[in-house]
Amino acid sequence: MSEMPPFVLFFLAAILVIGIRGPVRKIILLATPVIAALHIWLNIDPNILSTYSILNIELTLLRVDKLSLIFGYLFCLAGFLATIFALQVNDIKQEVSGLIYVGSTLGAVFAGDLITLFIFWELLSVSSVVFIWARGTERAIDAGMRYLIFQILSGLFLLAGALIHYQTTGSLVFEHIGLTGIASWLIFIAFGIKCAFPFLHTWLTDSYPEATPTGAVFLSVFTTKLAIYALARGFAGEEILIYIGLTMMCFPIFFAVIENDLRKTLSYSLINQLGFMVTGIGIGTALALNGAVSHAFSHVIYKSLLFMSMGAVLYRVGHIKASDLGGLYKTMPKTTTFCIVGALSISAFPLFSGFISKSMVMTALLKEGYSYGWLLALFASAGVLHHAGIKIPYFAFFAHDSGLRPKEAPVNMLIAMGLAAAICIFIGVQPQYLYALLPWEMEYWPYDMTHVLAQLQLLIFAALAFVWMTVRGIHPPELRSTNLDVEWFYRKLLPAGAHRGLIFLSNTRDMILKNTVAAMRNSRDSFFRWHISKYHLSESWPTGSMVLWISVMLVTYLLLDIFVYK
Amino acid sequence: MSEKKYFFDKPENIKWIIRVFYSICLLLVIADFILHRHTTMAWEEMPAFYAIYGFAAYVLLVVLSNILRKLVMRKENYYDE
Repeated sequence: MSEMPPFVLFFLAAILVIGIRGPVRKIILLATPVIAALHIWLNIDPNILSTYSILNIELTLLRVDKLSLIFGYLFCLAGFLATIFALQVNDIKQEVSGLIYVGSTLGAVFAGDLITLFIFWELLSVSSVVFIWARGTERAIDAGMRYLIFQILSGLFLLAGALIHYQTTGSLVFEHIGLTGIASWLIFIAFGIKCAFPFLHTWLTDSYPEATPTGAVFLSVFTTKLAIYALARGFAGEEILIYIGLTMMCFPIFFAVIENDLRKTLSYSLINQLGFMVTGIGIGTALALNGAVSHAFSHVIYKSLLFMSMGAVLYRVGHIKASDLGGLYKTMPKTTTFCIVGALSISAFPLFSGFISKSMVMTALLKEGYSYGWLLALFASAGVLHHAGIKIPYFAFFAHDSGLRPKEAPVNMLIAMGLAAAICIFIGVQPQYLYALLPWEMEYWPYDMTHVLAQLQLLIFAALAFVWMTVRGIHPPELRSTNLDVEWFYRKLLPAGAHRGLIFLSNTRDMILKNTVAAMRNSRDSFFRWHISKYHLSESWPTGSMVLWISVMLVTYLLLDIFVYK
Repeated sequence: MSEKKYFFDKPENIKWIIRVFYSICLLLVIADFILHRHTTMAWEEMPAFYAIYGFAAYVLLVVLSNILRKLVMRKENYYDE
């Protein structure tokens, strides 16, 4: 029993719910993550390795250490919250794929070798796309297809990297890899695609806003944080990750500021938050790695809380455009309150969860002497306050009154948001419980006078800039728009280029055919006008007679070979 | 009046909130002169460094995003055409 990997529970539940309807199905959906978490806590010993041999390859389905444990608990908890939020959805496709999605993420977290990781990596992609396609719109189906292409590509890089790694080292064990050769780079890119590295990030901002209101909550949790886990295990301390992380922190905030679709704003904000984790992994000290892991933990909770609140608005109003929302606090006060808790947490206000985790990465940047990196991170922190801390709650629930008077969110959504908000505050006020779970040994306490004062000054004065601009009427308005990003290259330039290319090719083909066929016709005609064409041998013969004569020739050679040249 | 007046519908409430907010800002700057922050960087020693940096970062962000908007903003159904 103690060697059963937790994903088995989810896959069994997925098979079970297909045949069951009504409240019993809902109970199974809710119970699975709870049972899985209890199973990990009670039955599984830390430092266990359970391996299975298939075709002479040792597959490690269960490798437990402190790093995989904390992510295991996190994914069970987030899966539980997202399931409560999605409880009113009666769609067997989304329910089953939700179980497989969460299960495969746990499978990947506890995978001890690269092949097992690859299998779950791909299962994750295939099961998660259902949340996008289930929306049913043409945009969603196209976006889902693009999402799937990126995800499968990531899996192919991982498989290729794993095989070359096996060729060169003779081992498939998934431990620290480091950037040393072609295999490690392939694996690095595979992780990078899933982690939304700059230029590889558009699958995320393209597809998450198209997902179903409840599906986006699932999506926001698992895929990218699994990539964070994989990077932390495989590439901790690689300096290039610091620069990638700093880029991820900074560039999305500009896009988030001008984006009108609030779930797309949250998607850009997600990349910005991943930037803090990637930077922490790149620094690679115990404090920085713990910072990355704990930030992943608090991030999952407040980011799903924010996606939940926007999902609730989308569910009630039918769209999520900042330009057309406003004044919803009047009829959705509870959703508003929970959204504000999420906004305060992501902005890292003291006493909220973001503060106790992000500050570790910031401190590590300072300690290791990356002073310009630290200034950039500080800038990004002020940026988070703008797009996630102020923009999301302000334009949805306050700002100008849109006249919309939607009903408050359904009870199950409110419960999920309430629980997530409570966890955000609990982690922020009592960080020692989260710190106890962290994989590396360290001495750190976030609440000292310097730190609290500095953070409050930064955030309150950034907010002051907002208040000042709004009161003066110079704060830029939200506009209905599409903003171009890297995806323009494959959604506009490539199709347009391909279209032009096809037209050019077909014109060339027509021209070549016309000219060569005409030339052949002319030469044939002129040949027929010649007197030699009247002779028997120059007539065109049927193919059959040619085959006959060739066989006669071959038989003659055969006979000659047998009887003459002995 | 057909509809009930909500909290933020009354201008005096907003005025009151903004006043409290400004006083918090003032208190935070005053605190910087009374309390001593530990510093690692030379920049941090400047009085109210974080306050100035936060304000400036926010304004810079908004200004730069407005420039970005000029470059990348298209119609809402740009990709659907």
